[in-house]
Amino acid sequence: MRSNLGFFSDEKFRSIFFQTLVVGLFALGLFFVISTTSYNLEKRNIATGWSFLQNPAGFDISFSPFLEFKSTDTHLKVYFVGVLNTLLVSITGCIAATILGFILGIVRLSSNWLLSRLVYIYVEFSRNVPLLLQIILWYSILIQLPRVKQSLQVLDVFYISNRGLYSPRPIFESGFSYVSIAIVLALISSFLINRWAKKRQDKTGQQFPVFSSSIGLIFIVPLILFFILGSPLSFEHPELKGFNFKGGLVIRPEFIAMFLALSIYTAAFISEIVRAGIMSVSKGQREASAAIGLKQTWIMRLIIIPQALRVIVPPLTSQYLNLTKNSSLGIAVGYADLVHGFGGISLNQTGQAIECMAIVMATYLSISLTISFFMNIYNRSIQFKEK
Amino acid sequence: MNEMNEVRKPPVATTGIIGWLRINLFFNWTNSLITLFVIYCLYQFIPWILDWTIFSADFKYNYLGEQITNQEMCSRNLDPENGGACWAVIYVRFYQFIYGFYPKVEVWRVNLAYIMLAFALLPLLYAKLPYRKYFLYFTYIFPVIAYFLLNGGFGFTEVSTNKWGGLLVTLVLGCTGIALAFPIGIMLALGRRSKLPVISMMCTLFIEFIRGVPLITLLFFGMVMLPLFLPEGIDMDGLVRVLVAVTLFQSAYMAEVIRGGLQAIPPGQYEAAKSLGMSYWRMNLLIILPQAIRISIPPIVNTSIGLFKDTTLVIIVGILDLLGIGRGTLADTNWLGLSYEIYFFVSLVFFIFTFGMSRYSLYLEKKLKTGINMGAD
Repeated sequence: MRSNLGFFSDEKFRSIFFQTLVVGLFALGLFFVISTTSYNLEKRNIATGWSFLQNPAGFDISFSPFLEFKSTDTHLKVYFVGVLNTLLVSITGCIAATILGFILGIVRLSSNWLLSRLVYIYVEFSRNVPLLLQIILWYSILIQLPRVKQSLQVLDVFYISNRGLYSPRPIFESGFSYVSIAIVLALISSFLINRWAKKRQDKTGQQFPVFSSSIGLIFIVPLILFFILGSPLSFEHPELKGFNFKGGLVIRPEFIAMFLALSIYTAAFISEIVRAGIMSVSKGQREASAAIGLKQTWIMRLIIIPQALRVIVPPLTSQYLNLTKNSSLGIAVGYADLVHGFGGISLNQTGQAIECMAIVMATYLSISLTISFFMNIYNRSIQFKEK
Repeated sequence: MNEMNEVRKPPVATTGIIGWLRINLFFNWTNSLITLFVIYCLYQFIPWILDWTIFSADFKYNYLGEQITNQEMCSRNLDPENGGACWAVIYVRFYQFIYGFYPKVEVWRVNLAYIMLAFALLPLLYAKLPYRKYFLYFTYIFPVIAYFLLNGGFGFTEVSTNKWGGLLVTLVLGCTGIALAFPIGIMLALGRRSKLPVISMMCTLFIEFIRGVPLITLLFFGMVMLPLFLPEGIDMDGLVRVLVAVTLFQSAYMAEVIRGGLQAIPPGQYEAAKSLGMSYWRMNLLIILPQAIRISIPPIVNTSIGLFKDTTLVIIVGILDLLGIGRGTLADTNWLGLSYEIYFFVSLVFFIFTFGMSRYSLYLEKKLKTGINMGAD
């Protein structure tokens, strides 16, 4: 029996009807928002368009390690400085968090009860306290360090004070480019040797000392070249002049606070991921590899870690994404990243909220997509391949 | 034969306390060295931290016996050699930490709301609560009661949200965000798995967009852009704007978690429901969602923990939550320089809530593992 609604009970018609309805409502909402927004913008005398990007910014950025920034530079340059600062703290944070997280995850599984409890306490505290609070706490510790005049001296060349960490700045002289070329060539050739050795081992079973030969290529060859060229590298040491240091490389407390908080917070999550990954490899794998006479270190490197990585990499990717997004909290301590520099100060100066926020959001989206893209490629390369 | 089976006790060194110590702490000499080193570090650290936080700390009075009213009177500022933490700042500012600037006469309303919140949460947390059904009715109407109780109306004098602060704001943001994000998240998850391409695409775009940008940009969006999008005359409250952003953010994450639960439901369940002639909504409401939500409760609690911690971000757009009150207190010349005490206290409060939630999620996971049968096997 057909219902008296007739064609409405037809699935195809219903699906088209509902989708048209949704699209129509969405378009109506969009039209409403756009028209009220343009009215509001006009009424508040807020300019629109992208020309503000070419206007001089009129403020200084204290931390811009890659680009020289003056207050006469444009808002567009503020954006680039912000992106570079975001990337800097995200990449260094990801590397540090991965290293620390792997170490802690393995220590957490150690047979030493005290050590594993200690890591457990660290993980719980670090995971359960808001990251923003941790960033602010680190910052407040760092700015309570001694003043510049009484700065702590480490190894005679590093100075630590409430203005940050001052270290010698390397100055590369003309010949140094050859050394860097040599390093790149050594990296490529050790990668090729690795592939060749693997192929040869698969074919003939003969092993090749890949590790020691790569070390030799990467470190010793460029080092010899470095001395032949007459050591084309010198250091500019920071010197105390007046109230501040002149010269040298300075790492600001804002960056150090962000770096420490982000890596320590994320390392807690990563250590749990690593622990779960290693525990997911069945006990039989370890026993089987011990039974065929593999060394303890080899069992870890050749049997356990490759299988654990399959479990570890997908959640690790989302931790990297989280860390990158969390780097936007730099605004709380005045770290001139994308949100603070461009989405904060530039936005307040120009009043062009929609344009600024659109750019900031689009940038974060593209960073996130790039990270997931590369991590997905890596993930595919380590997943189990059926032969 | 029986003589052969005579029970022999295990060697002393593998049982009891000594055995435990040998296996877990002094297994071999590297392990023993590590243990000794850790014990030495703890021996150095624990007395110091206990001394700082408890034994030489000021709670209300300094070591001269005076009641502390500003940081100069803290023992550690009077005598740096002897003083520990100065908890008096928490004691003096406790009201602000818990209620913000809520008028003192009306504070019973907040207290009542806190108590009612506990009763509203009870039936959600304990499935075996007696008379759970009636408690659940209360849970459903609690948001309405809490709104009028805290904000005013129905004979209560109005207390505008800019007077709210501290734990009150943290809890309002956390609870409302989670409660509102839950139904929106379900709709988004269903939408993303929908067979209608337009709806599925729109939901996917929304979820991926929100998950791809940091919460702080959404808060800016709520604070700076939302007023531009709305017609004149609609002036949104600051707290509401932040709530919109927090809810949008949380609902995208909630949607992904629930989608995970939906994917775990075996297709037979869908087919069985359809073969009984159920419509899409009846099938989802009666058959699919109850099972999907049940298995996704642990990850839902986990994202809720994340949201609870992320509510601190509102201080960046000028809302004074617990951390905001802490920073405000530090900016007061009376309490300058007491950052460790204040941050320690705020961390502790957050830790109690989030650690409690994570324990609860572990308990649920254990319970679900033993209690669930997915029907697939």
